[in-house]
Amino acid sequence: MPKDFLAGAKDEYDVIVIGSGLAGLTTANILGSAGYQVLLIEQHYKLGGMATWFKRPQGHVFDVSLHGFPFGMKKSCRRYWNQEIADRIIPLLGVRFDNPQFSLTTPYDRENFTELLTRHFGVEHQTVTQFFDAARNMNFYDEQQVTTGEFFEKFFPGRQDIIRLLMEPITYANGSTLEDPAITYGIVFSNFMSKGVYTFQGGTDMFIEMMHDELKRNNVDVRINCNANKINTRRGAVQSVQVNDRTIRCRSVVSNANLLTTIFKIVGEEVFDKDYIDEARNVRLNNSSTQVYMALGENDSIDPATGDLLFSSTADRFETDLLLSRDITSRTFSFYYPSTRPHANPRHLIVSSTNANWDDWVHLDDDGYKASKEELIDTTLTALEKYVPNARERIIFSEASTPRTFAHYTQHQNGASFGTKFEGLAVSRGLPEQIKGLYHAGSVGIIMSGWLGAINYGVIVSNDVDAQLM
Amino acid sequence: MTPAEIRDAVLDILDTINPDEDLSSLDDEKEFRDQLDMDSMDFLDIVMELRKRYRVQVPEEDYDNLVSMNKTVAYLEPKMKDISA
Ligand SMILES: Cc1cc2nc3c(=O)[nH]c(=O)nc-3n(C[C@H](O)[C@H](O)[C@H](O)COP(=O)(O)OP(=O)(O)OC[C@H]3O[C@@H](n4cnc5c(N)ncnc54)[C@H](O)[C@@H]3O)c2cc1C
Repeated sequence: MPKDFLAGAKDEYDVIVIGSGLAGLTTANILGSAGYQVLLIEQHYKLGGMATWFKRPQGHVFDVSLHGFPFGMKKSCRRYWNQEIADRIIPLLGVRFDNPQFSLTTPYDRENFTELLTRHFGVEHQTVTQFFDAARNMNFYDEQQVTTGEFFEKFFPGRQDIIRLLMEPITYANGSTLEDPAITYGIVFSNFMSKGVYTFQGGTDMFIEMMHDELKRNNVDVRINCNANKINTRRGAVQSVQVNDRTIRCRSVVSNANLLTTIFKIVGEEVFDKDYIDEARNVRLNNSSTQVYMALGENDSIDPATGDLLFSSTADRFETDLLLSRDITSRTFSFYYPSTRPHANPRHLIVSSTNANWDDWVHLDDDGYKASKEELIDTTLTALEKYVPNARERIIFSEASTPRTFAHYTQHQNGASFGTKFEGLAVSRGLPEQIKGLYHAGSVGIIMSGWLGAINYGVIVSNDVDAQLM
Repeated sequence: MTPAEIRDAVLDILDTINPDEDLSSLDDEKEFRDQLDMDSMDFLDIVMELRKRYRVQVPEEDYDNLVSMNKTVAYLEPKMKDISA
């Protein structure tokens, strides 16, 4: 008989959270600690969603999305998780850029960027100050008309090199482009600039395990290998969720699954207003990613001067389309030293990431897919040689992931790495107005994505759920 | 609760949210943002703590009332006057 992953689960909960991405985990934790009966279900066999890791022979552990996040994570983890988790958040000091326009290393904070922009790029100090203040003070309500490209043009007209410095990391961090509303840039950029880039010491596996422990302390019923097939509604309110072969009643549902999957697959468009469905249909998904995971041999090491995070490109200029192209010219390399996991085998690992289009990968047949993955690994090794001499001979293990991999593990439509474009946020926020007790919490609208964005959105939605249930 | 008690309650919440911040020199007239290192998540925390501790609901369209101590107390007074401290 197959294992019953719902053994002992009750027939009714206050809240069912569908999906254990960082937004789902955070919502479950907050509502659990507030005293509600919470069921958290995850279709995969692991918690964390995109915040994930995997093990390979010889003691290699690869992190998928631990490249860096803003300092705000420390506060959010302390407030909505616990002090022990917050204490493990440490700065990443070596952020590097290397491209035909400039090569530099920076702590990636406002102070250093001001220095760089004035000294290295020759901009007036006052202009730089005005730029930072404008980015930081962007108001949710009035900056939606201006695009990020126009915003840059206002302060640094014609300066392709500066745009690259300011935009490239953010495009990697959340898939936003020069054509997206400036507010999406301003919020995320300012979050990073306030104190630089941070990481979690201990690795994603430890991070998620510590969260799981906290969920247990808060009496959240956590179930893996449990798929939400359907959310049942009645007279405009949620009623129950079909999980595997059971129907479990609840007063609220928080879906951490992809916004569009939630509306069109798990609920079904027939229960929504037509206008809402039209709006939802116009929500664009964000791009996906490819990654190459590489390990050095047990006794080999990377020179610490190589840095932690390297934005490398051979393209003459920065263009959003180039970043998504299969003809890859730009990569972000994350270098992991043994200090990433002080408790584990000392290992030096490298993960190369690029943004990617679903359409470029979905139509390949098995052979074509395999060949494309091999080519991806091969060209990545070539690019890496510039920073890790003789990388090709020294890398003892390599593996690639593609938009298809991300779609497979998280059920995100088109393998979207960062949810949806900006317009998705209004649709996500509008869900409870359509169906009482139905919420979406997960990467959406660009600003609510990334580790910090997802966690904070989980907090925002918990507040709504608590207000409804009270 | 009297306005003074409401003020103490808000101070206590601020202290929970930002334990590193020195609140003794807070100017009740001035906006929180200009004196404390506060972002929009901190304001949401105030809302959540008010609900948790006193069962007071602050709807999203009223968040603007929580900008300074004086404005917060004035806004909360009718909602909290019947609560015993
Ligand atoms: C390659 C890559 C690199 C990244 N790097 C960084 C980085 O360096 N820094 C950073 O801050 N962010 C990074 N991100 C983004 C960040 O990881 C995500 O934005 C964030 O983790 C998303 O969290 P989420 O809550 O939206 O949920 P997701 O992680 O999307 O998880 C959703 C969960 O719901 C589950 N689910 C879906 N449907 C169902 C169903 N029907 N029933 C049950 N469960 C279901 C899925 O299995 C999944 O576990 C990266 C993302 C990718 C892809």
